[in-house]
Amino acid sequence: MSPTTLLLTALSSLAVNKLRAGLTLLGIVIGISAVITLMAIGQGVQQSITSRIESLGTNLLFVRPGESNQRGVSGGQGSAATLTIEDAFALQDKIFAPSVAAVAPELSTTGQVVAGRTNTSTRVYGVTPEYLEARNFELSSGEFITPGHLETAAQVAVLGSEVAETLFGYREPLGQPVRVNGRQFEVIGVLESKGGSRFFSLDDQLLVPITTAHHRLSSSRTVQGGFNVQTINVQVADLERMDSAIREVATVLRLRHRITGDDDFSITSQQETIETLQETTGTFVVFLGAIAGISLLVGGIGIMNIMLVSVTERTREIGIRKAMGAKYRDILLQFVAEATLLSLGGGAIGVLLGLALSLSLNGRSLLGQPTQTAFDTEVALMALAVSAAIGLFFGIYPAMRAARLHPIEALRSE
Amino acid sequence: MTRGMIELRDVTKTYRMGSVQVHALRGVSLTIDQGEMVAIMGPSGSGKSTLMNIIGCLDVPTSGEFILDGEDVGSLGDGRLAEIRNQKTGFVFQTYNLLPRLTARANVELPLLYGKYGNGRNRKRLAEQALERVGLGDRVTHRPPELSGGQQQRVGIARALVKNPSLLLADEPTGNLDSRSSEEIVALLQTLNEDEGLTIVVVTHERDIASSTRRVISTRDGMVVSDEPFTNQRRAVPSAVLSGEEQL
Repeated sequence: MSPTTLLLTALSSLAVNKLRAGLTLLGIVIGISAVITLMAIGQGVQQSITSRIESLGTNLLFVRPGESNQRGVSGGQGSAATLTIEDAFALQDKIFAPSVAAVAPELSTTGQVVAGRTNTSTRVYGVTPEYLEARNFELSSGEFITPGHLETAAQVAVLGSEVAETLFGYREPLGQPVRVNGRQFEVIGVLESKGGSRFFSLDDQLLVPITTAHHRLSSSRTVQGGFNVQTINVQVADLERMDSAIREVATVLRLRHRITGDDDFSITSQQETIETLQETTGTFVVFLGAIAGISLLVGGIGIMNIMLVSVTERTREIGIRKAMGAKYRDILLQFVAEATLLSLGGGAIGVLLGLALSLSLNGRSLLGQPTQTAFDTEVALMALAVSAAIGLFFGIYPAMRAARLHPIEALRSE
Repeated sequence: MTRGMIELRDVTKTYRMGSVQVHALRGVSLTIDQGEMVAIMGPSGSGKSTLMNIIGCLDVPTSGEFILDGEDVGSLGDGRLAEIRNQKTGFVFQTYNLLPRLTARANVELPLLYGKYGNGRNRKRLAEQALERVGLGDRVTHRPPELSGGQQQRVGIARALVKNPSLLLADEPTGNLDSRSSEEIVALLQTLNEDEGLTIVVVTHERDIASSTRRVISTRDGMVVSDEPFTNQRRAVPSAVLSGEEQL
């Protein structure tokens, strides 16, 4: 039997029972469109998280203190107070660390911020002028912290956009006084919003000169009495030199801390953070796909079920065809073709429906979160291949039952 | 003696129905030559249909030899049997066995789908020619439910003829038809035999049909009880031949 004849025969057989074929198709349509849509949502989440982190700058290294360890009780990564502002200055050395473009140490603490009659609790970061560029922030108004502010430990503050809105609403915050933990600061600038979810906001912060933070807001010191910082953001000259920058930073710090054994600091790159997050969200995407895959499996069983019914109903037809000279293979192919046509047709409709769903969900708010979707052609092609495979897999058993029928017995059935 | 087209030697067929063994054929030997028209008669359960199914390659003997056109069919696999059914034998059924949703032409085309009979256009042409041969040239696009019983059976005969078989087998072809349609079908079979030299084997209950053949084989209890040439006079059937039918 030629492929065209096979296809036409299968189509005309399915056309006899349109409602039944349609309902069977629907099972696959739902399964495939669920896979496509959920994968699109998952990948959209992945992309938005990645791009949000990338917006903080990609060629960044974070140097953090190692863990504190008192009588065997670990305080966890970053709990030790080993990094000092002098370490940060040392990393700016062009001879020891030529791959480093800029260094931005930060000293963070929480603070109660009051302006007039409104107040809010936020993270307060003591930073240097390099912070703005290293963390990829922009000012929406005013100016940033200058070296002059650092020297004089000036009581000036730059507000994150969310803090500015909370405290001042639509009023102009520039030049206004705010009180941070009881000390008065003057607002000199407001940062451009970066957006972000409610769990991960970069707009909910207040920046002050690091010297001011050290003298007025925080009193933490190293064991040696140095000027303690929590994180040193290191901007690397370009992405290619990431590895050499990590080596240089580690060498400088080991020399300064006179380390012979384990490091008392850790260096992570932005890229690593992105990769870790992608791994996590990747698992999430696969998980979503797997759940949708279950409905696809159910659809496949639906096909098998209906094909078995069809074989029983059409026993006589099979007998006639066999009496006319149809071989095992001819009957097998005919029924497999019908099953595959059902699943592939369902798959094609499912891909289109999935595409439509993911496009219409894009930008919509879902469970209070703005949703981004990313429709992937590769996923669509794979879904089509999977649906064809489902037809083959679930169609082959009923088809074998049909093909094995003895012509005489098949002809005798009513 | 010329080699027969159909040669059965001591053929038996045993079915198993649950725990009971049914001996449908208990040693049948017969030879049918090219160009013959033969009737097989016998009461229900005499094994005539089983004999027909074996000759039509729809079934294989349990023991004994069956040689069709010089080929030992008893030893063939399912695939080759299907090929023989497709190329050498045309089978006409009592209940027509047409596919109701297909047109007459598509029904006739059916055997052509399972062999090497050219492209779709060629197959359609062959199917239309076969329908013309049975006098249904004006009914090609009708579906079986739109045709009378006689017409449906003629579609069945066209389907058997379409691949130009060397042997036409008809299992009670007039069993479901009124007498006028029956006569037409019998006349058609006779024409095919006399004018085109087609070998025809008919299983029947009816004397009229048997009388139109030249040879009648009677079966009873799975054995051939008589095998006699038929004289040309109508209704002058030896009573021994039709003894099974007298009971009706």
